[in-house]
Amino acid sequence: MLIEATGITKRFPGVTACDDVSAHLEKGEILGLLGENGAGKSTLVKVLFGLYPQDEGTVRVHGKEVTLRDSGDAIALGIGMVHQHFQLVPTLTVAENIILGAEPLRRRFLDRRRAERSVAELSERYGLEVDPHALVEDLPVGIQQRVEILKALSRSAQILILDEPTAVLTPQETDELLKVMRGLAASGVGIIFITHKLREVLAVTDRVTVMRGGRVVGDFATEGATQQSLAQAMVGRAVVLRVDKAPATPGAAVLDVHALQVRDDRGQQAVRGVDLQVRSGEIVGIAGVEGNGQRELVEALAGIRSVETGSVAITGAEATNVGPRRIHNLGVAHIPEDREKDGLVGVYSIADNLVLTSYFEEPFARRAVRRLDEVDARARTLVQRFDVRTPSIGTPVKSLSGGNKQKVIVARELSDPENRLVIASQPTRGVDVGSIEFVHNQLVKARDEGMAILLVSAELDEIFGLADRIAVMYEGRIVATLDAAGATREQVGLLMAGGGAGTP
Amino acid sequence: MKLDPKVKRIILWSIVAAIVLGWILAYRWDADQTTAVASRTVRAAAPLLLGALCGVIGERTGVFNIGIEGQMLFAAFVGFMAASYSGSLLLGIAAGVAGAMVLGLFLGWAAVTLKMDQIIAGTVINVFALGFTSFYYVQGRTMPSFPSWSVPGLDGLPLLGKSFFSNPPLTYLAMIATVVVWIGLFKTRWGLRTLAVGENPGAADAVGVNVIFKRYVNVTIAASLAGFAGLHLLQSANSFDRGMTNGQGFIALAVMIVGRWHPFGAAAGAALFGFCIALEAQLQFNDALDIPPQFFGMIPYVTTIAVLAIAGIRARPPAAGGHPFEKE
Repeated sequence: MLIEATGITKRFPGVTACDDVSAHLEKGEILGLLGENGAGKSTLVKVLFGLYPQDEGTVRVHGKEVTLRDSGDAIALGIGMVHQHFQLVPTLTVAENIILGAEPLRRRFLDRRRAERSVAELSERYGLEVDPHALVEDLPVGIQQRVEILKALSRSAQILILDEPTAVLTPQETDELLKVMRGLAASGVGIIFITHKLREVLAVTDRVTVMRGGRVVGDFATEGATQQSLAQAMVGRAVVLRVDKAPATPGAAVLDVHALQVRDDRGQQAVRGVDLQVRSGEIVGIAGVEGNGQRELVEALAGIRSVETGSVAITGAEATNVGPRRIHNLGVAHIPEDREKDGLVGVYSIADNLVLTSYFEEPFARRAVRRLDEVDARARTLVQRFDVRTPSIGTPVKSLSGGNKQKVIVARELSDPENRLVIASQPTRGVDVGSIEFVHNQLVKARDEGMAILLVSAELDEIFGLADRIAVMYEGRIVATLDAAGATREQVGLLMAGGGAGTP
Repeated sequence: MKLDPKVKRIILWSIVAAIVLGWILAYRWDADQTTAVASRTVRAAAPLLLGALCGVIGERTGVFNIGIEGQMLFAAFVGFMAASYSGSLLLGIAAGVAGAMVLGLFLGWAAVTLKMDQIIAGTVINVFALGFTSFYYVQGRTMPSFPSWSVPGLDGLPLLGKSFFSNPPLTYLAMIATVVVWIGLFKTRWGLRTLAVGENPGAADAVGVNVIFKRYVNVTIAASLAGFAGLHLLQSANSFDRGMTNGQGFIALAVMIVGRWHPFGAAAGAALFGFCIALEAQLQFNDALDIPPQFFGMIPYVTTIAVLAIAGIRARPPAAGGHPFEKE
């Protein structure tokens, strides 16, 4: 047995993140660690990696009880961890990043040549191709992740912890990673794989440990498990993974985008001539690897980024560079990609956040004076209707969980009866399974009420589950628009990676 | 916009060639004055360079050091007093450097342990140094003067001999320190870890580098360079004077930015500012034109503003600069 945790308990002020948790990992085994946000997975692996001291319980590595004071201790015992946010230094090269902390020296100076040679050897041995001389900041995310894995392997890690490694990858990169994981396991490395994506768990793991509310609620062989059974174990009740929806009955065009060009923050052309129509009563999903202009497109449509050329019309009215309030008044709801930054004011109460787009209107204000009783009444209705789990409507939004924060935004944006268009950008990112189901159902309900919905998501499951039409975005252009019913994952995945025919 | 490295190299070498050509032409035109300006450039640049190197190490580790001015002034004061009372120049230098390092340690404590705003911590140092040294300074004391060392064989060279190879000790130290810091940052383990701590302390911490300790040590070592910068002012003036740094610690920060947080870049930046100071002095000395001296006095400061406005456009400081490290 490579590593074994017994009876781990870890308390933080007010919560018990891990409550008597036991888990183990065999040589050459891939263990899936499943659970909703806040289930205690991250806390558990942080204990195993020496980042948190446990309050109770023991950790055994190779059968021997160990005390992990910091990550240095864990590394020395052959434990490697690839964090969700990469721990790389962007301005250094691949080789420099890998040797950092364990630098080879030659006469007291760095031996870069030896470092580069050993990195090249390592990458060949495990089939992880990288250029040791490349600067990390110039590399795509998938390759940066390889650097992280190599970093762990270069310290002869026998136990590899991967914390949501596929969240940032394209479908192709994900497949590649899963292949690498199998190869590593075949050479004897044990892997703890944290993910939200049930499909990946079924595809690559040997065994699954499911956590809920800080406890282990299930531990079973992957063989014989189904997405349904895993989801049920995670949430503790039956979950409808497939969104039930009737065929769309689209009406007139609500959003009409023509030859749109938008620049990103660095002044580069990010959207390079997009034509797009969304009709009432349909969901158009924009699929694409992040960074292909989706963010800039959405921000331009929502009025928070200026349009360079081209035009945007909403229900026939001009909406090019008219500012966010005018766009809101045209009936546009916006669920932004970065909810902390663009969707909520963390220190404001739930009630105040629910009227961010309407606090100045009747009935929430009369002339310059706010009417707080109306605001509170509204908040109480919405919190109940949208199932926001909170101690009170006066609670600051920042203290809510990710899923509940998202529900606050969804409640605010979807409850306005004058809405005609909903722009939802990564609406379920970092949200647990139960809340995903809820958000998806709300979007379908809005569609059935006749709204036009533009859904931007990096998750193919989400696109395929919700969209009636799929537009694939690659390098600032929409390279294909497909009918969702006839499209396949492979086809869309290929288009997302730039493999479409007819792209210049 | 990223320039092709080839184009960049061509531009760089053209600038270098133009500068060399300019000096040669000036030397042909008036050898004495050109030599005087060159020599003054080097001596004016040296304290700025030392101060800038202090800034480079600090910011590469992720700590802004606004207090270079104060560390310089304090070192000059302590150095002067120690040298004056003991009669030993060496003791004065040691005391001055130690004084600056104490203030460096304070910056480390404030910025790293207390997680205080680093701009304010630096300002505290500046205010303290100015007040303390002005209050305790007693007029009328003298100190032993610094010797001037010539490098045999090289000091006879035209133009270069007088400016580079015939200087007091601390001026040589500035040149040597530049190379040492460069080797240190880019060729050693210490340097790699320092760069990592300044760009992404989380990454360094994850592989077992002690971020807190590294920042403390580096800020303190860096302060010794600011100390030498202050002592260099003493070397030139041969006496302490209230507020004698006169903003040079801040110009050193400008030099650091112009030099893109690179020791050789800082050397080039320091040379530019040193040249402005030398030019100002020469023009005042000549008194050929009927222009008030205050106007010439503006040159270094106007240059600071102009160069920063241009160079600052694409400057990218180390990413973690100014942010205290919070362990996850």
